[in-house]
Amino acid sequence: MDFIFAPLNLVTFFPLIGVLILLFLKEREELSRWVALVTSLITFGISLWVLGQFNSSDPGLQLPIDVDWIQVAGWNIRYAMGVDGLSILLVLLTTFLAPISILSTWKAVEERARDFMLFFLLLEIGMVGVFLAQDLFLFYIFWEFTLVPMYFLIGIWGGQQRMYAAIKFFLYTMAGSILMLLAILWLGINQGSFYLPELVSKGGIPGNIQYWLFLAFAAAFAIKVPMWPLHSWLPDAHVQAPTAGSVILAGVLLKMGTYGFLRFNLSLFPQATVQLAPVMATLAVIGIIYGAIVSYSQKDVKKLVAYSSISHLGFVMLGLFALNAQGIEGAILQMVNHGISTGALFLIVGFIYERRHTRELDEFGGLWQVMPLYAVTTLIVALSSMGLPGLNGFVGEFTILLGAWGAGQAGGSLGNILYAAFAAVGVILAAVYILYMFQKMFLGPITKKANEKLKDLSWRELAVIVPLIILIFWIGLYPKPFFALMHPAVEQLLTVFQTAGLALH
Amino acid sequence: MPFNSADLQILLPQIILVTWASALLLIVVFNREAAKGLIPLLSAIGLGITGIFLVPQFRLEQAAFSGMYVADGFSTFLSLLLVLGGLLTIAVSYGYLQRMNLMRGEFYALMLFSISGMMLMASAADLIVVFLALELLSIPLYVLAAFARPEPRSEEAGLKYFLLGAFASGFLLYGIALVYGATGATALTGIVSAVQIGIDQPLYLVLGAGLILTGLGFKVAAVPFHMWTPDVYHGSPTPVTAFMALGAKAAGFAALLRIFIVAFPEVSGQITPVLLTVTIATLLAGNLLAIAQNNVKRMLAYSSISHAGFILMAVVVYGNDAARFDVVASALFYLLAFALASFGSWAVVMVIEKREGRGLEFSDYAGLGGKQPSLAIAMTIFMLSFTGVPPTLGFAGKFFLFRAVLEGGYVGLAIIGVLASLISAYYYLRLVVVMFMQEGEPEIHKDRWLNLTAGATALATVLLFVFSEPLFGWASQALLKVF
Repeated sequence: MDFIFAPLNLVTFFPLIGVLILLFLKEREELSRWVALVTSLITFGISLWVLGQFNSSDPGLQLPIDVDWIQVAGWNIRYAMGVDGLSILLVLLTTFLAPISILSTWKAVEERARDFMLFFLLLEIGMVGVFLAQDLFLFYIFWEFTLVPMYFLIGIWGGQQRMYAAIKFFLYTMAGSILMLLAILWLGINQGSFYLPELVSKGGIPGNIQYWLFLAFAAAFAIKVPMWPLHSWLPDAHVQAPTAGSVILAGVLLKMGTYGFLRFNLSLFPQATVQLAPVMATLAVIGIIYGAIVSYSQKDVKKLVAYSSISHLGFVMLGLFALNAQGIEGAILQMVNHGISTGALFLIVGFIYERRHTRELDEFGGLWQVMPLYAVTTLIVALSSMGLPGLNGFVGEFTILLGAWGAGQAGGSLGNILYAAFAAVGVILAAVYILYMFQKMFLGPITKKANEKLKDLSWRELAVIVPLIILIFWIGLYPKPFFALMHPAVEQLLTVFQTAGLALH
Repeated sequence: MPFNSADLQILLPQIILVTWASALLLIVVFNREAAKGLIPLLSAIGLGITGIFLVPQFRLEQAAFSGMYVADGFSTFLSLLLVLGGLLTIAVSYGYLQRMNLMRGEFYALMLFSISGMMLMASAADLIVVFLALELLSIPLYVLAAFARPEPRSEEAGLKYFLLGAFASGFLLYGIALVYGATGATALTGIVSAVQIGIDQPLYLVLGAGLILTGLGFKVAAVPFHMWTPDVYHGSPTPVTAFMALGAKAAGFAALLRIFIVAFPEVSGQITPVLLTVTIATLLAGNLLAIAQNNVKRMLAYSSISHAGFILMAVVVYGNDAARFDVVASALFYLLAFALASFGSWAVVMVIEKREGRGLEFSDYAGLGGKQPSLAIAMTIFMLSFTGVPPTLGFAGKFFLFRAVLEGGYVGLAIIGVLASLISAYYYLRLVVVMFMQEGEPEIHKDRWLNLTAGATALATVLLFVFSEPLFGWASQALLKVF
């Protein structure tokens, strides 16, 4: 019983109860929406309870679950979960975005709402599991499992090209993860365990093999992030996905990639990490600038936001491979920020799409006059996304740039301040495409007749977006508690590099 | 040769099964009507009793009849798997045969004879017994493939399978002759000891091993000996296809593993490159050709070829002492995972299939997700298991298999294997796309047994993954007696 009611098991598998209830609700769409919403709210509550038990001064794994799973035939597979400063915020982000996404589908998903909710709750299980799993086998199961519900969400409820997008999403992601599977197996065979803390403390993987293992793991994670040049699945998936799917895809699923780098690549393969940090940082910076430029040239708002994700996640990757406390902490915070801001942007795109059934920038203009409330919300979210001081985006990006700057000094992981300099250009470019979008949609005269009678945000829509705005201000004005949660864990992670004789500060 | 009762006792499951099948044939002769309900029931009971007598043999490691027949964990695991396959075949064929007007009692008796041949194959420790077993399992299968006579496609399947099967037997026999010429023995142990003492013509031994590989390669549908598979799978009545897909494959691999691990470890240096080529060709051809199929039965036929390729990956490593343990265990585990998903998916195919070979195209599945969500979800689980996506047993099977390959040091082969999985994801997902994402009005045949089979195997595919520890344990305890 203790096992079943262990906090981390509850927070991961509670949505399963909602799934089981939904299985018996045939043709009762309204009720199934409520079941899903309540389930996800309770899950969020459980995650807050987990946060309450979380000791932020402890750098190690907390609330651990560690039982034998498959211990025969030479396997040493454990069912091991745990939460620490690197993952707690991402768990909270997931459980926080889930009810918001569900609420956002209230009117958008008319057909087979029960099935939609079912897949959505399954997806939540997979995502939370990815952030909590401490055994590589278990991690891989959650990781790969998230593909299945997301595939259905895109493929059934998506736009015109949904089948193409769904298959592309699945194959692309699977291509990376099967290489990771082989690397996981290699670790299991040669290091005798899949249990992450044990693998980390054991270490001792030869340098040239670390290099290949790093690349195999990176294949899975870089596709998920997505890093340039492996990003081509993302715009398709985002544009075709329903709004809630996009919110979760951008808000959480992409973070699984960056989290993977943070949790596995950095701690398991420290030598290879140091060796490859400049390469990864270069790709990250290319992603920052490429994503920004491509965003600017989009005519479809949703595509614009999708490409902006590539740019924002480039920042996260740059912060991670700065390999210093500021860079990594900034990266973790930026993961959360991106989840909030880009999630909110996708919601905002969804609101207007439900009204006009188009997302072409040229179709809008002057919306401020008819939908002032909507305009103000969008402005706040847009400014947060481009990194205005006082809002959350600034804190994350600024810390990352500080980290990259530090890493650019002699003795740092990157050894060249050009990385930070080019990334800073990305901040300016972000202002360009975000303001361009805002201006096209909201400012100037109303040019299209269809826009004249649009209704402003409803109460339900406000309930969806306001919690995100509160967080945008909170992180922007007082980020200290967020940093406090992750700081000890990040410091401990960095000791891996020191013990490997690779002191970097 | 002295006969003793201990030998008979080891042979007991075989004796029961063959006697039972003969009795069933007699019943059919005197009472044609019995075919409707009594015969299937009796066949299932017969298989059940055989299974009960098989279970205690799992811990045995004993040879009988002067070392021609072996009962060990390996043979018992496979025999039990075949018994399970037989039971599932009865479940899926009961309603189908009535619907297609094929209800004849011989069907079940022939299937039981074939199973006894397959079980004999798993226990054969002498090349002559291997040959006998091959014929015993194949001849009923030839008849079963043509069971839908006078349907031309089914007749074609029977004839094609017979001709190519005869060819394969020829290859096998010639291989046995060469091995006998080189070593003076047909018993696996005799071959080993002859090789250890030293033989004059090692080339004959290698050639013989190659020809045996060819003969068995036909049975497991390895490329380039797979040409018969799509036509035979497509033309045979679907329950026969389902039975063949598991049974012939399991028996073929049983013989391959036992012969090569026990008798030919010395020639692994010469044989492994051949095996490697065959394996890679099977993986690639099976998966690439499956992409082009628009008929679900043919797609599953090619997919079955590709799964033979995955199991062959483990066989490639047979010469590596460190990995040998995992080779056997992972191949057995994979066969079990394959069996569940395979029978389940064939059951769904039969629900949709109509007379005269209609209702088998991908487009016939459009809209299944909306109309019959439970069937469509079951089919999705099978497709995910075939692809190797968690949480399904197929994933655990691939995980186990790739470990054996990596332990043997074949990293390149493992990478080709995962790429083959990726290719396979495309055509398996295509079926899921059609079921859930395209509109359509699929016609469903109400058949309790088919639904039950699909549901039970789907549930097992997921639940056995979560609680897979005992399965891993059994597969790894299914020891192959190496004398």
